[in-house]
Amino acid sequence: MSIRIVYFAWVRERIGKGSEAIDLPETVKTVGELIAHLATLGEEYAEAFAVPDVIRAAIDEEHVDHDQAIGSAGEVALFPPMTGG
Amino acid sequence: MQTGTRTSARQAPTIAVRIQTEDFDIAREIAALTRDRREIGAVVSFTGLCRDEGGRLSALELEHYPGMAERAIGVIAAEAVSRFGLSGITAIHRHGAIEPGGNIVLVVACASHRQAAFDGAAFLMDFLKTDAPFWKKEHLAAGGTGEWVSAKDTDDKAKARWQRNG
Repeated sequence: MSIRIVYFAWVRERIGKGSEAIDLPETVKTVGELIAHLATLGEEYAEAFAVPDVIRAAIDEEHVDHDQAIGSAGEVALFPPMTGG
Repeated sequence: MQTGTRTSARQAPTIAVRIQTEDFDIAREIAALTRDRREIGAVVSFTGLCRDEGGRLSALELEHYPGMAERAIGVIAAEAVSRFGLSGITAIHRHGAIEPGGNIVLVVACASHRQAAFDGAAFLMDFLKTDAPFWKKEHLAAGGTGEWVSAKDTDDKAKARWQRNG
């Protein structure tokens, strides 16, 4: 299954792109597993996801925890803690 | 007492959320929110500005997640209206490069009485800080870019006080 992933702030900068489509292995079911999988894709990904716990996630523009199933999500977003306001 | 008549005459709460690069005019936003409303007795506005951090910064670059930013603030605004019985609330958040002294965010909350308006504005800001997808990057007065601003524990605590009370 291919899924669209978007990155923001230093996650985006470290990976070097704002979005991409990724083919998910069968074993990747949750957001946490997606982050672990992405971290294996290269040095830039390993750097972006060096501390997985700090990464926040949203599925189809709703905040989710790492144990959330990706299911039939259209878009998964991965980003650092937010600093607006 | 014709409570039913009075209730039906009451206008539905107004919620306005905007994400924009342009600056905003606080007086105009207050006027727009309170126009033709006779039940409003209190208006509280909060404006967040860019600091220069002791002369170190030349600007903050605000990045956001288009779509989700509007949606997340809209959810918080609706919660504030329902929780505090607000007559209306406006939230405007800018993105792009903002120089020290420039406006970043505006919240205007109005209600029949002041406590609801104070609480509504504070509630929206406290949740916006931790839940709205915006990120700040430093631009340095000495040239070049600095760090991404780190999230603060105090922001999580500010949000938690509403959950504890809630």
